Amino acid sequence: MTFINYASKEINCKIVYYGPGLGGKTTNLQYIYNKTAPDAKGKMISLATEADRTLFFDFLPLDLGTIRGFTTRFHLYTVPGQVFYDASRKLILKGVDGVVFVADSQRERMEANIESIRNLEANLREHGLDLKTIPYALQFNKRDLPTSMPVDELYRTLNFKREPTFEAVAPQGVGVFDTLKAVAKLILIELRKR
Amino acid sequence: MPSVNFVVYEDEFRQLEDALRRLRQEANAKAVFLIDKNGQQIASTGEIEQFDTTSLASLTAGNVAATDGLAKLIGEREFSVLFHEGQQDHIHISIVGRRAILLVIFDDRSSLGLVRLRVKRASAEMERIFDTMAKKGEAAEIGGEASPFSEITEEDIDALFSE
Repeated sequence: MTFINYASKEINCKIVYYGPGLGGKTTNLQYIYNKTAPDAKGKMISLATEADRTLFFDFLPLDLGTIRGFTTRFHLYTVPGQVFYDASRKLILKGVDGVVFVADSQRERMEANIESIRNLEANLREHGLDLKTIPYALQFNKRDLPTSMPVDELYRTLNFKREPTFEAVAPQGVGVFDTLKAVAKLILIELRKR
Repeated sequence: MPSVNFVVYEDEFRQLEDALRRLRQEANAKAVFLIDKNGQQIASTGEIEQFDTTSLASLTAGNVAATDGLAKLIGEREFSVLFHEGQQDHIHISIVGRRAILLVIFDDRSSLGLVRLRVKRASAEMERIFDTMAKKGEAAEIGGEASPFSEITEEDIDALFSE
């Protein structure tokens, strides 16, 4: 649900990074945070366990500039990927405008990827949203690992609706901004329709 | 398709700001924030310079969402008020009109009782403003009013990312 404030001339959109545990969602946000000019970003908040696993969410506000006189802000959130944090994942999807799915390219994480996409679909449905229609981008992360699967095989299994798909190595920033741009663009196109 | 947008028009924005200012004064609070349940700040007043307001809004919404989840687990519809007591500053959080969160930060110049009392009155006023806002939004939709974003072009979008 995009928040439009005519008085302060602002549009705020919410993007959620979804995916299995240890897939690189937080790393995506950290890279974006590190590479964004100080005046275009707010503080990054990570609610994590002592072992640095996301407990509730990471949050990063980004200010992309103006569009038709309105300041355009994107609030980026990650969910905790571990299976047992499902209640928290559901909460974070509330009011989401667009989703990035960060898949782990390693063969041994394939089941976890599939389970997480199913979980995303079910949790969106609980908020009255549909993965088939919501702005959505897919990222194959960890492309640098020797255990990563071929891209066409990943695409066949994980691509849901021919959504824009990117190869990534999140710690080095490969594919990180391309993925963000793709989902942000889809959100703004959706805004135009309404 | 995602749920409809949450739109705040100028008239109602001013009215909400006035209501917040009055609440802050009457409750003797340091700062008062009105936050959308999804974590976006709607309006604020008081000594806000000392706070990271964006983070405050997002964490408050997360807090309320988690507490809502807890309420449902034990069979309650919601916990309508949350209170966090600090050594100097305290936070009073309440739900307004089902879709917004009212956050009051106060210190020992005020008291929990006073804040609760004033919040109750201010909430009723804000709910009325939200109702007007919702009706206005519906009327605009039925009337087929074009949103300023209906004319966004590919170039506009690309320009956002070119900097």
